Amino acid sequence: MSVMEQDSAGAPARASLLNDPKVRGIFYQIVLVVAITALGYVIVTNTIANLERQNIASGWSFLENTAGFGTNQSLVSYSETSTYGRAIFVGFLNTLLVAAVGIFFATVIGFIIGIARLSNNWVINRLAYCYVELVRNIPLLLQIFFWYFAVLRSIPGKREKWSLFDTFHLNIGGLRLPKPIMGTGSEWVGYAFLIGIAIAIFVARWARKRQEATGQPFPAFLTGVGLIIGLPILTYFVMGMPIGLEFPNFVETGPILRQGFELNVGLNIIPEFLALTAALSIYTASFIAEIVRAGIQAVSHGQTEAAHALGLRNGPTLRLVVIPQAMRVIIPPLTSQYLNLTKNSSLAVAIAYPDLVSMGGTVLNQTGQAIEIIGIWMAVYLSLSLITSAFMNWYNQRMALVER
Amino acid sequence: MANTDLFHIRTEEAPRLPAPISTTGVIGWMRQNLFSSVGNTVLTVIGILIAYSLIEPLIKFALIDAVWSGSNREACLPQDGGHGGACWAYVEAFFPQFIYGRYPSEEIWRVNIVYFLFAALLVPLAMPSAPFKKLNAILFLVVFPIVSYYLLTGLVFGDWVILPIVETAVWGGLLVTLVIAVTGIVASLPLGIALALGRRSKMPIIKLVSIIFIEFWRGVPLITVLFMSSVMLPLFLPEGVTFDKLLRVLIGVTLFSAAYMAEVVRGGLQAIPKGQYEGAMALGLRFWPMMYLIILPQALKLVIPGIVNTFIGLFKDTTLVLIVGMYDLLGMIQSSFTDPTWSTPSTGHTGYLFAALVFWTFCFGMSRYSIFMERKLHTGHKR
Amino acid sequence: MSNKFLPLVIGAAMGVAVTTAAGATTLEDVKAKGFIQCGVSQGLPGFSNLDAQGNWTGIDVDYCRAMAAAVFGDASAVKFTPLSAKERFTALQSGEVDVLSRNTTWTMSRDTQLGLNFAGVNYYDGQGFMVRKDLGVTSALELSGASVCTNTGTTTELNVADYFRANNMPYEIVAFEKADEVVGAYDAGRCDVYTTDASGLYAQRLKLTNPGDHMVLPEIISKEPLGPVVRQGDDEWFNIAKWTLNAMLNAEELGVSSENVDEMKSSDNPAVKRLLGVEGAFGEAIGLPNDWAYAIIKNVGNYEESFNANVGPDTPLGISRGVNALWNDGGFMYAPPVR
Repeated sequence: MSVMEQDSAGAPARASLLNDPKVRGIFYQIVLVVAITALGYVIVTNTIANLERQNIASGWSFLENTAGFGTNQSLVSYSETSTYGRAIFVGFLNTLLVAAVGIFFATVIGFIIGIARLSNNWVINRLAYCYVELVRNIPLLLQIFFWYFAVLRSIPGKREKWSLFDTFHLNIGGLRLPKPIMGTGSEWVGYAFLIGIAIAIFVARWARKRQEATGQPFPAFLTGVGLIIGLPILTYFVMGMPIGLEFPNFVETGPILRQGFELNVGLNIIPEFLALTAALSIYTASFIAEIVRAGIQAVSHGQTEAAHALGLRNGPTLRLVVIPQAMRVIIPPLTSQYLNLTKNSSLAVAIAYPDLVSMGGTVLNQTGQAIEIIGIWMAVYLSLSLITSAFMNWYNQRMALVER
Repeated sequence: MANTDLFHIRTEEAPRLPAPISTTGVIGWMRQNLFSSVGNTVLTVIGILIAYSLIEPLIKFALIDAVWSGSNREACLPQDGGHGGACWAYVEAFFPQFIYGRYPSEEIWRVNIVYFLFAALLVPLAMPSAPFKKLNAILFLVVFPIVSYYLLTGLVFGDWVILPIVETAVWGGLLVTLVIAVTGIVASLPLGIALALGRRSKMPIIKLVSIIFIEFWRGVPLITVLFMSSVMLPLFLPEGVTFDKLLRVLIGVTLFSAAYMAEVVRGGLQAIPKGQYEGAMALGLRFWPMMYLIILPQALKLVIPGIVNTFIGLFKDTTLVLIVGMYDLLGMIQSSFTDPTWSTPSTGHTGYLFAALVFWTFCFGMSRYSIFMERKLHTGHKR
Repeated sequence: MSNKFLPLVIGAAMGVAVTTAAGATTLEDVKAKGFIQCGVSQGLPGFSNLDAQGNWTGIDVDYCRAMAAAVFGDASAVKFTPLSAKERFTALQSGEVDVLSRNTTWTMSRDTQLGLNFAGVNYYDGQGFMVRKDLGVTSALELSGASVCTNTGTTTELNVADYFRANNMPYEIVAFEKADEVVGAYDAGRCDVYTTDASGLYAQRLKLTNPGDHMVLPEIISKEPLGPVVRQGDDEWFNIAKWTLNAMLNAEELGVSSENVDEMKSSDNPAVKRLLGVEGAFGEAIGLPNDWAYAIIKNVGNYEESFNANVGPDTPLGISRGVNALWNDGGFMYAPPVR
């Protein structure tokens, strides 16, 4: 102890101030701060000077101006008379929509392919391998173009259709489905759905507790499914069937432009959305498949053997032993794939899907306010990614607690 | 009767029978791997059907019905009103454009030299057993960029024209794809190392700045970065200073990939045991010599597969520059679809197929290399 | 190794590629560097298009060459920068290009809010519609219920919205980032209608699989005066830009062409003498040599020559002069006199 003290006390005398790591550290940091401030100052003054010299408008007031352009998909009411701000909001919702749907399909396909990669069946195994190696080594943009331009040429034109059960119709104008019309009281069906989920979660918890306490199993899963599906259906009939269906209307007579599917009747999923979703989910699925495979392989074989020795069949082994452990490995890279998919959805701009970047780009063109628009883009994507990282940290912490 | 032996002792080994035919050879293999159960058989049949339904039309389109030669669209128009096969004659006609863009034809030898140098320097660098690694790396990372910069853009001293200037606006095709991907990865390496060191630094401000930088670029999509560099960057510069468009894109791509590179390098740094740092310090090395002599050589060796994977990602992402109006390989192919001399119903499919083939070959090759290196480094590390 | 040398290399590369223009006026800058940097479109046949040999052609390109001829007496002292619709104004504002000749519509907001000056109109255009012939449509008013393909970031998107709303017709808009993608989608049958400037429709029709199957409808739904643009605040350069265009128009009106310009120098017509710099010192007044207009006509030609060579009836585009004829021929083209 005394030696240490002596040492540190003697140190300043021997080493000059220049060689003190602490001083140097502070010096480096000051240099960095000065450099960044200077760079920021130069950029800001240049930008202000450029904007003033070129007489370019700046500020956020443009968001209140009338947009004047239309769009082919909006989740909230939008027309040409809406504001620029509204247009960007429509784009934002479209981004969320394509990301959500893409994530759903990517997960489903990815898990199927990932498990198929581990199959004992040679054909299935090789097929999955080829899928992964083919899809992830081709640029996403090329795949989007393929799905949009090449596949588009192969499906029927505007005045023809492919139909399934006379309910789903596909042609170059998109996929037409019956559209639910919400009558009065239909909101109760939605509430019933939410209540069903809540009760199902409650039941599942209760069942687990009881099983832990008494060892008696309870079919919580089936009960949950029954509640989530059954409760809304029950409400639907109790409320006097308030939800109707509006079927797409295929016109075969009259002026040629009016032939084909009538605009705004039934639900139309535009081909841009279909192509983008297909490309995004198939591309991301190839990465998810590898994550799933690695995750399952990370669970040591002894776990499976032990589970079998305990008398568990294949199904319960997977569900109760392998998957819970694999998920711990799978979830973190999976979330970053979800984030990648969301960011990649910005490629929509190449095929006229009105997402955030596409709508924002149009506003940028009309107003010329590059800085504001690009600022909005970056802010939105950054917050999405920060939210995801926050979730990931939370999940990792939770998982770490489970570990003993 | 009495002489009859009632017991029998076999004095010779019975002839060894081959394993039952149902467990060996092709049949055995098939029984084991394809038809081991009813479910498995069903899966096999479904799998074969899927494979057939995908491969058969592809082969029909790409090989059987394909048109291999011709001078214009007439050759590729389907005869009987059908869809027709791939029009490889069109790819042949546009091949120089796909590889060199609209680079002046009398100057194309300059691009060829760059391609040749690139391959000649990269191949020995990538082979672990090739000698002169250090010299090779200096040549590839320092000399090659300078030489190819002047070869591609031109070299002029006042009125003395050695190599005529070729504007970047006429570059295109694979040339632009490779320039962006290679410059992006090479230039982002030092920046990525600096950021990775910064993120692990004990100095709070440097750490904070590195984290903000990395997370910012990783959080935004590349396409917004490209829009930013093509639309917003000019506003940041003082009056009268302008950047070449390709250079602007390169800056954006470099900053973007530096953030990813930083995370890859950080992974390598984390894998270096603490003893290495302590050993270096005990020898009296300062920070930079320690990094340069002890830590980075080990860490960078470890992250070669990660760097290759980042490169694959960047290589695929270069296609995005077509959205900001540059003609990379995919952009060039897409713009060739609208050439009236070659537009047929199958031109688009052929072009996309060709693009897919090129990109796939590059990316698959690199991913194999990455796996190969990973195995090699893995065994080396285990000892 | 790499982390020491690469920044140097990159820095050196940047240093070479960064062009710094330090002069006070655009004309001085241009003279100092020896060429004009001209922003053009990324490929619109007839206006500015890169051919297979790597040469730029089109009436927008000819205008840039004319400016180069006026300033340097050499029509090849010009470099072209292809620009997308999004980039074009920033490129001009930031000084990346000296003049923007990229079929840009002259509108009030662009003229007043973006720090730009329009030097005149080199092509009077209007937005039109192209449809498949087999639809049997003869008028734009029959387009109710159609899906419409167009480009984003242009006035066309706004015009089409106005037009369909004004006529109370439902429609579906499919707006792409680049013209090539619009052509691809329209060709694939995604849309019934392709709308852009009428000249653009004729140009893009050439890119379709079967150009003969498509027709341009007679209605023109907007005014699209296309013209060259320069930065605000440099009147000298603005004057050169204006009078380059006017010289080409005056030359046509006075019957001076690239073929007869040398003979016309000895013409008795005082207007011709003034134009060709034989009389008066009009060139000096805008900071140019007195034979500036002679150089334009000699090297590039008059407006008629440029029009006929690039978009006229004998080209694949086959556009007639129409409203782009001279004022004394029933069109709108009218240049102030050189006096």
